[in-house]
Amino acid sequence: MTAMTELVGQLINLLASILLMLAFAMISQRRILSLIHLFTAQGAVLVAATVVVGYATQQPHLYLSAGITLLLKVILIPLLLHRVIARLDVRWDVETLINIPTTMIIGIALVIFAFDLALPISKLSVSVARGTLGIALACVLLSFLMMITRSKAVPQVIAFLSMENGLFFAATSATYGMPMVVELGIALDVLVGILILGVFMFQIREQFDSLDISHLEKLKED
Amino acid sequence: MSWLGVFSQLLEIVMALLLAPLLSGWINQWRAWLQNKSAPSVLQPYRMLHKLFNKESVLAEHASPLFRGAPYIVFGCMALASAIIPTLSTDLPLSPAADAIALVGLFAFARVFISLAAMDVGTSFGTLGARREMLIGFLAEPALLMVLFSASLISKSTSLTTIVETLAHRDLTIYPSLAFAGVAFIIVSLAENARVPVDNPATHLELTMIHEALILEYSGRHLALLEWGASLKLFAYSCIGLALFLPWGIAEAQAPLALLLAMPVLILKLAIGGALLAVLETVSAKMRIFRVPEFLATAFLLAVIGMLVHILVRG
Amino acid sequence: MNWVHLDWVLLVVAAWLLIGVAGVFALRRLTLVARVLFPAGGAFGLLLFGVALSSVMSSPEVAVLPIGLPSLPFHFRLDSLSAFFLMVIGSVSAGVSAFAAGYFRKGEGTPPGLLALEYHLFLASMALVVLADDAYAFMVMWETMALSSFFLVTANHRIVEIQRAGYLYLLIAHIGAISILLCFGVLQANTGDYTFASMRVQALSPFWASVAFLLALFGFGAKAGIVPLHVWLPEAHPAAPSPVSALMSGVMLKTAIYGVLRVFFDLLHTTVWWWGLLLLAVGLTTALFGVVFAAVQVDMKRLLAYSSIENIGLLFAGIGLTVLFSAFGMQPMAALALTAVLYHVASHAFFKSLLFVGTGAVLHATGERNLGKLGGLIRTMPWVAWVTLVAVLASAGLPPLGGFVSEWLLLQSFLFSSGLPSSFLDMLIPVFAALIALIAALAGYTMVKFFGVIFLGQPREEKLARARDAGGWERIGMAWLVGGCLALGLFPVQFIALIDPVTRVLVGAGLGETVNDSGWLLVPVAIERASYGPAIFLLGVAASFALAFLLVRLLYHGRLRRAAPWDCGYRWQNARMQDTAEGFGQPIRQIFEPFFRMERELPTPFDAEPRYRVSVADHFWHWLYVPLGRAVERLASLIGLLQQGRIAVYLLYSFVTLIAVLVVVKQ
Repeated sequence: MTAMTELVGQLINLLASILLMLAFAMISQRRILSLIHLFTAQGAVLVAATVVVGYATQQPHLYLSAGITLLLKVILIPLLLHRVIARLDVRWDVETLINIPTTMIIGIALVIFAFDLALPISKLSVSVARGTLGIALACVLLSFLMMITRSKAVPQVIAFLSMENGLFFAATSATYGMPMVVELGIALDVLVGILILGVFMFQIREQFDSLDISHLEKLKED
Repeated sequence: MSWLGVFSQLLEIVMALLLAPLLSGWINQWRAWLQNKSAPSVLQPYRMLHKLFNKESVLAEHASPLFRGAPYIVFGCMALASAIIPTLSTDLPLSPAADAIALVGLFAFARVFISLAAMDVGTSFGTLGARREMLIGFLAEPALLMVLFSASLISKSTSLTTIVETLAHRDLTIYPSLAFAGVAFIIVSLAENARVPVDNPATHLELTMIHEALILEYSGRHLALLEWGASLKLFAYSCIGLALFLPWGIAEAQAPLALLLAMPVLILKLAIGGALLAVLETVSAKMRIFRVPEFLATAFLLAVIGMLVHILVRG
Repeated sequence: MNWVHLDWVLLVVAAWLLIGVAGVFALRRLTLVARVLFPAGGAFGLLLFGVALSSVMSSPEVAVLPIGLPSLPFHFRLDSLSAFFLMVIGSVSAGVSAFAAGYFRKGEGTPPGLLALEYHLFLASMALVVLADDAYAFMVMWETMALSSFFLVTANHRIVEIQRAGYLYLLIAHIGAISILLCFGVLQANTGDYTFASMRVQALSPFWASVAFLLALFGFGAKAGIVPLHVWLPEAHPAAPSPVSALMSGVMLKTAIYGVLRVFFDLLHTTVWWWGLLLLAVGLTTALFGVVFAAVQVDMKRLLAYSSIENIGLLFAGIGLTVLFSAFGMQPMAALALTAVLYHVASHAFFKSLLFVGTGAVLHATGERNLGKLGGLIRTMPWVAWVTLVAVLASAGLPPLGGFVSEWLLLQSFLFSSGLPSSFLDMLIPVFAALIALIAALAGYTMVKFFGVIFLGQPREEKLARARDAGGWERIGMAWLVGGCLALGLFPVQFIALIDPVTRVLVGAGLGETVNDSGWLLVPVAIERASYGPAIFLLGVAASFALAFLLVRLLYHGRLRRAAPWDCGYRWQNARMQDTAEGFGQPIRQIFEPFFRMERELPTPFDAEPRYRVSVADHFWHWLYVPLGRAVERLASLIGLLQQGRIAVYLLYSFVTLIAVLVVVKQ
């Protein structure tokens, strides 16, 4: 392995760690506005990671996918989210269902679990950055955890999107990206998903005068 | 033990003692500038120390010897701490006496004494300050230890000089675990040095103060020693940060020229770091006291995750 | 006559027994008991310390005493492990006995002569537990130890709480003893030979080894107070007179550690890695639980009892790490962890005994155990206060005292553990290290609370102004214990040289060579990796202290004025405005809320006499012990059905049993 590829591997490891750190930051953040900022930063790191992998492996289609990610996750979706929270006026702190240090301790348990799970797989991998699969998996699990512990709709949507970020990163770093068609499809899915969720949020709000999804429990028939 | 080693050791102690108030003055100046105030002179802390040393000490009637001794102990601990941390050179005769764990123990020792002294007079503020200081301490201390451990895992050593030598002379290697440790370290040092999101060094507002409540009963030379000790602590923390995250420029054994060069490099790094600290303090708001444990717990857990990431990436 | 070490040890034991018997003849003569018997016991403690010190390095010695049942003589054996624990027993008991000489007063429950009997019987049985070399002798001594300490706990048996504490203690001690007995039953592997020598050569299958391990963990854990078997400890330790609490916390708990080490590393010579993991988990849970509860206590002796639970937890965690390392064949690392454990055994013995005798002195001077009614005693009892401060610093794990050395060694063994064959374990280790660091920091919090509320501030009651400092004998005892704390803190290199033969016997490696090479610095592995020099450390702080003092005096002045403390603009400021013990524990209560079962009574704004009451209880009591007690009662009432009151029915039972036995025998 030349010094160059080694450096690239380290760079990807660093970006992966930043991704994980952002996932933890999101878990420990109460303010919706900061959540959106963190999500944007996560997108930016993802773009950087994709570009680095693309450069290291000489696969131009990764540049394209980085471009799409940039457009979608760093510019478009954050903009949409900003507009949503401005319209819904939900910029304040939101308490979580489980207190934050406890959530983080569960998070650490998830990280250990994910790392342990990924270790045998990454030993087989020939990719430049072997450790990243575990981190990507941990990001996915952490976002899932965040979805569980939030009681308001907007943080849940952000958690869902960040979970998608984790998956995307796993695909990029472990297998140098998915086929272009799949990637475009996913991008479209996410876009449509966020639109539907946005509409959904407004609907919830109109029905219950609040975005607290515990109101959805009332829909259950007794 | 070489003569050069003894010389660099002495140089380090003297430099820490002299420069520490300057660093505090520099940060205060930046804070004032950033808040559109006219700034005090950068030499203001020296004048303050001089004034306080000249004043007579007023002691509470029933204060015990513990109360009188504590400022000297705190000052002594901080002076020793700045002697142990490699700031200019890694060739320090005192350094083997205390590794990273003992350094944290040293800070804890000072903290326990200042808290006990605050409880000694038995006023409501003193005990309140002691309780809050210990509350911050019991989370900040393990967090700092975990930050240092992240670096120890890389260099396979808890000796501070070895850590710095390993980190400064690596081939260009990026350690993701240090990114986590860095964030954790910033949080810990803000809390430990009574800085803004946790405490405000400029306030005497009764309900929010921590450090000021601890030293409320002190005056004259005792207060001067405590203030000097506090700036030494800030200096020591800054130097730990520089040694772990920006170790370049610290001289090694048998390199008298590098030692000459190390001083301006250190001052430059400290100047930039101090300005950044002032920015950080200006842009953040002080948090409620019961958010502080959560804030520090975040630092603690981040440092732990950093160690996990190190193991994963290495494995 | 040529006496070997073992004979001297047995001489000390015999002397203790004789002193105890002498106590019976001087039942109510306090002066004789206090001025002659207890100091004599202390002197023999010193002798035991000396003998054990010289025998740590020598080869094992055995003796067979033809007492007990005809075909079952007592086997005794003195090897390095026994010698180490005898050293702790001898040295700590010397200090505590000297303190006790000045402690016991007239009219406190049990007559002094009887106390002297129970006390010295307790000491002798502890020494023999450590010497025993067959299961029979071990169990007899173990039970003697439990019973004599039970009588000591219930010295003030007229108080209902003390009776309850005593019975709870006896019950759990016996359940533990049954488990230890079963463990020996497994270890003898159907040979019918219950000597330890025979158990050592048995090769158990992994399954039976694990069964023996679990039984030993349960049995010795019950004695040591691991969660959830700890409930007796915070009741029994405070109930006993202070010198006895000191011995129970400082020394008796260590016999359980001895038992664990003896069974795990000597009798069971195979180790399985998950044992280590289990021990680590149990130990750290216990430690965290103990320290968090200690932080919220308002009774000074209960606070110390919970702190003992914490330290026992740390010891078990260290043993767990040792098991883990030796299971993977990493002997040098195992030796490092085991050294940390043994070091902590000694330093905890000293500082905890000192803390307990310190509370004893406070209790006698003021009659108060409640932290809410103490305060400011550093001014009326300066001697006790300064001595206790040393123990407090050691207990808080601060350099340059003994508590820090063991913590340092333990953290080092965690740090250098990377490279375990299992990646999962590799990742758990930093988490465990983080927990240890957190526990140590919390211990600091607890100890600041303990010292600050008792000795600092203003006296919370008027009678405290009349408190008298400790007397001569008490001072001698405390000075000896303080000396131990300081020596353990400042001379780790010399002390580790004594631990080295023990670790060589148990895990086949030691730190002796590397440590001895480096002179005054404590270097467990290599100087580039880690080093710690407590003496230089102390000198550094002292030199800066002195320099600062001199320079300030020379350059400026030493003028001083005394005035009233600043009163924040109020008209008056009194002792009731200080933080209380509850107040100091409040942040911990809030942060670790799920640990506690709290009941709060809050006043409404309209109460004429507002009362605030909060009680903190233990979940385990309600979740485990109360249901268990009910189940036992239900079972007992079922068995009660057998009781019919007619002779014919009882004869029928005997008859049915006889038939059943005959049927079994025939097959």
